[in-house]
Amino acid sequence: MPANVTATAQRNAQATSAVALAGVDVAFRLADGGSYKAIERATLEVADGEFVAIVGPTGCGKSTLLNIAAGLIGPSAGRVDIFGAQLNTLNRQAGYLFQADALFPWKTAIENVAIGLETTGTPQQEARERAQGWLVRVGLGSFGDRYPHMLSGGQRKRVGLAQVLIRDPKILLMDEPFGPLDAQTRQIMGNQLLDLWSADRKAVMFVTHDLEEAIALSDRVVIMSAGPAARIIGDWRVPLARPRDIAEVKLDSAFHGLHREIWQVLKSEVLKGYAQTGGG
Amino acid sequence: MSKIKLLVLQALVAVVAVGLWYVLTTFPIFGVMVLPPFFFSNPVDVAGRIVKWFYEGTIWRHLWVTLIEAVLAFVIGSVGGVLIGFWFARKPVVAAVFDPYVKMVNALPRVVLAPIFTLWLGLGIWSKVALGVTLVFFIVFFNVYQGVKEVSPTVLANARMLGMSERQLMRHVYWPSALSWMFSSLHTSVGFAVVGAVVGEYLGSAAGLGYIIQQAEGVFDVAGVFAGMFVLAAFVIVIDLLVSAIEKRLLVWRPEAAETRA
Repeated sequence: MPANVTATAQRNAQATSAVALAGVDVAFRLADGGSYKAIERATLEVADGEFVAIVGPTGCGKSTLLNIAAGLIGPSAGRVDIFGAQLNTLNRQAGYLFQADALFPWKTAIENVAIGLETTGTPQQEARERAQGWLVRVGLGSFGDRYPHMLSGGQRKRVGLAQVLIRDPKILLMDEPFGPLDAQTRQIMGNQLLDLWSADRKAVMFVTHDLEEAIALSDRVVIMSAGPAARIIGDWRVPLARPRDIAEVKLDSAFHGLHREIWQVLKSEVLKGYAQTGGG
Repeated sequence: MSKIKLLVLQALVAVVAVGLWYVLTTFPIFGVMVLPPFFFSNPVDVAGRIVKWFYEGTIWRHLWVTLIEAVLAFVIGSVGGVLIGFWFARKPVVAAVFDPYVKMVNALPRVVLAPIFTLWLGLGIWSKVALGVTLVFFIVFFNVYQGVKEVSPTVLANARMLGMSERQLMRHVYWPSALSWMFSSLHTSVGFAVVGAVVGEYLGSAAGLGYIIQQAEGVFDVAGVFAGMFVLAAFVIVIDLLVSAIEKRLLVWRPEAAETRA
């Protein structure tokens, strides 16, 4: 009986989690017949409405973790639960903002945003109207008829954000979405993201290598070790009030204290990762 | 370089070439005709011949026949190339099985097929269309195959995350990607459609630009051969301009730098 009770308690705990990874291993088969273990025994819970940043050195498998949560790849061991139900196929409740350009280059900005609705059977006219609304929300109301190559990097990211958010996913997966942008644009985009997020508080998994960005945006910061066989080695709550302004929050003393504390752990991993990738 | 300057320089090349041709075929230098008119004709005769063809209107029928053959070869070859290219790209097993045969047929010089097509399809336009199809098909086929294969994995993952079904992936991802590759080879495939038509006509026919050139050659009418070549060249340039215009409309979404030809 006690075992049964524990299982029920566990299930209840999982039911409140938007994403629950339990002992997840990820191994890739290599061309020479061997295998490469990217992630080892990752256990992580993201509550509904929680903004979790995942930070780690280059090549530590942060993106792999997101791909697992998205259901794009399956774990070689362990299990993945989405709102309490085991994930076996693509995660239909998640929206994924990729690191690389993922817009359809042959569609205009508005077509790119509308397509996420059209796939689920929304009539084209209605999808277009709602897409226009989203373009306005990300500040690109007059850019609807531009093709991706006519937009700047920051504008493309915003179209990507609108493309994902228009489907109103319960979980938002973001893979270094502001990576290639300059510092000012990152700040503006960060604030814009927080504004959009605070409207309906989706669960967010936000991968970045920028610790400052991670603390400024999130409720929790999770640190991963250098790969291969990367593990989750730290988990901090961010004690900063919301709503936040990214530029201002960085002046807060609590921000500095937390940054120092996390950096102590992260530093050695970054150096390890740096040595492994040969500084690339 | 300004556009006008470029045009002037381009025209200058033609003027100098034709001028040299005229001088060397008309005036003996130190008593020797450098280009004997019997073998090289001269610009005046050639121009006269072209004007006569158009004035009398005999050329239109031949241009029309060649055009029809080229268009049919292009359309049939493209449709076949797109369908088979798609099929192979989506079914790797099929592609692997047929791979050596595709390479074999593609390595074959198509000219050797012309007599067979003439035997099978007669001297009318269809033997020329068939020859053009064998040329166009492979260009389109390889490009579509490549286009479907080389869809960015990120774009594909994004499409799946946005909830696209297999059919929607076809329509919104694979198809546009394949088309863009096909259009990037549009100049080449249209050019080959014309080549197929003209070569086919040259080897045996009753009409078309290839037929004119072949007939002129048969009676040592060098002016006629040259005139035929010039009409053919102009014909190809006009078609190429048309293709450029179509390309510009269809590929608006592509960045300038990715264009294969200006």
